[in-house]
Amino acid sequence: MSELHLLSTQQLITGLQDKQFSSVELTEHYIKRIDALDSKINSFITHTSETARAQAKAADEMRAQGDQRPLLGVPMAHKDIFCTQGVLTTCGSKMLHNFISPYDATIVSNIDKAGMISLGKLNMDEFAMGSDNSSSYYGTVQNPWNLERVPGGSSGGSAAAVAAGFVPVATGSDTGGSIRQPASFCGLTGIKPTYGRVSRFGMIAYASSLDQAGSMGRSAKDCAYLLQPMIGHDPRDATSIKHDIPDYVQDLNDAEASAGDKPFAGLRIGFAKEYFSKGLDREVEQAVRAALKKYEELGATIVEVNITDPEVTLATYYMLAPAEASSNLSRFDGVRFGYRCENPTDLIDLYTRSRSEGFGPEVQRRILTGTYALSAGYFDAYYTKAQKVRRLIVRDFDEAFASCDVIASPTAPTAAYKLSENLDPATMYLGDVYTIAVNLAGLPAISQPVGLTSEGLPIGLQLIGQYWQESKLLSTAHLFQQHTDHHLQHSTIAKETV
Amino acid sequence: MSQQPTPSDSNVSREEILDIANLARLGIDESTADSYADDISKVLKLMYTLGNVDTAGVKPLANIHEACQELRADVAKHDINRARNQSVAPAVEDGLYLVPQVIE
Repeated sequence: MSELHLLSTQQLITGLQDKQFSSVELTEHYIKRIDALDSKINSFITHTSETARAQAKAADEMRAQGDQRPLLGVPMAHKDIFCTQGVLTTCGSKMLHNFISPYDATIVSNIDKAGMISLGKLNMDEFAMGSDNSSSYYGTVQNPWNLERVPGGSSGGSAAAVAAGFVPVATGSDTGGSIRQPASFCGLTGIKPTYGRVSRFGMIAYASSLDQAGSMGRSAKDCAYLLQPMIGHDPRDATSIKHDIPDYVQDLNDAEASAGDKPFAGLRIGFAKEYFSKGLDREVEQAVRAALKKYEELGATIVEVNITDPEVTLATYYMLAPAEASSNLSRFDGVRFGYRCENPTDLIDLYTRSRSEGFGPEVQRRILTGTYALSAGYFDAYYTKAQKVRRLIVRDFDEAFASCDVIASPTAPTAAYKLSENLDPATMYLGDVYTIAVNLAGLPAISQPVGLTSEGLPIGLQLIGQYWQESKLLSTAHLFQQHTDHHLQHSTIAKETV
Repeated sequence: MSQQPTPSDSNVSREEILDIANLARLGIDESTADSYADDISKVLKLMYTLGNVDTAGVKPLANIHEACQELRADVAKHDINRARNQSVAPAVEDGLYLVPQVIE
């Protein structure tokens, strides 16, 4: 029982089906680990242990009565950006320090219907604005591989909790890399689906045209299991798209069953030299190139493609995302929910002090940047220009995909850095250089572990797919993981027993 | 300003920060405004690169799928629970949100 937390989701499902352990035992195992070890990494904002215990007991009873839902009784946890009815939902902000959500996000109710057990709400950068989880009102999160390092962000708590062996899988959200970059920093696999694949209803908005929920786990198959109940059209989200619903796990199994010695025969991987230029850490580049070599050995063909200059992409993103944020966050005004300042003298004072006391510095910085970009006189020069460049970024991807099936890049230019490095905003934004184009184009992408630095820090490879091809990305990463063991390495905290 | 920004345009002043903070209903003091002015000036410098991109004849892109918003049938669902929604409000009276008096 001491190593239950090192099992894959598939192994947990089999173990529950074969009665090797019960959901109650499994849930208690994870709760015990969280209680004993989370003080080291601060990955949870809210624990829901008592509800989880009751759900686990009910899951065991339902299974005994013949309920065959595969995920029944399997624990998980949610990024605290998803509204959970009756449970504190903070989005990492003082602004929502008292917000007990009156409703569930669609993905929360979907995962609940699949029978999974939520162990709580996970720490994150405030309103998902950050790349190292340093902007959370609830404190920084430490990387389970090295406590001096950041876990990435904004889904830093999700990544840290999975890497620490507190949950097998967790939800995340990705506006500019917020699933993929922390997955890379914490040695996990994480997928950001096609925009419109997963409902945004009940996911607190940062930049509505870019935000998309996804899943994080140790392997591609773990991600496939959690992503399955998350997808599908939702009439409550006008940007949710009606599309075919694949069976991701079945697709992975089929791909594995039909794979020969050269499982990637016929797969064309796009290599963009723009992704391997200045600013890329040498060890990261070596590991990513070695992974691509492995793909080649297993039958893939590497083809050179051109994509938009990453500096142009970065500028486009850091114009559009704050502009959308400044609009989205206007709803936090101290009137209907969330933080209200003490003794407001009039309505303007109520708005102004509630917002300046409730929002942290990074959120205020992005609201100001966005307000500036949208203000009279600057709108066309900044915002409209960025929207036009966004169309060109999509066009460049379309042209690249004419000659390849997926595009490879490092997920982040470096491995996890030290929290004490205290990067200025513009420098920190450069860390998103490989991930943001995917959000601007609305494409799906996956990050998978491909090695460790000499200091033992994980390195991630990103594969970008064409619209709606999450299954191809998951299968590609899964087949790679059948021939490598990078995803089987465990963090320092995961190796601790309690 | 309809032309593309130049490096000198990106130097945001304290006064501009205080002005947009007022628009965004954020109350910040002058020293904080200076700090934000520095940070935002650095971010705006990233925007120079956009000036080199030829976007003549390119339409702005707002929604990636350029999908029309699907309209729902105009049918009342009665799925909003007023009391539950207002349970998270800072101040409510008789089903109404309370704010400081606006009209004397």
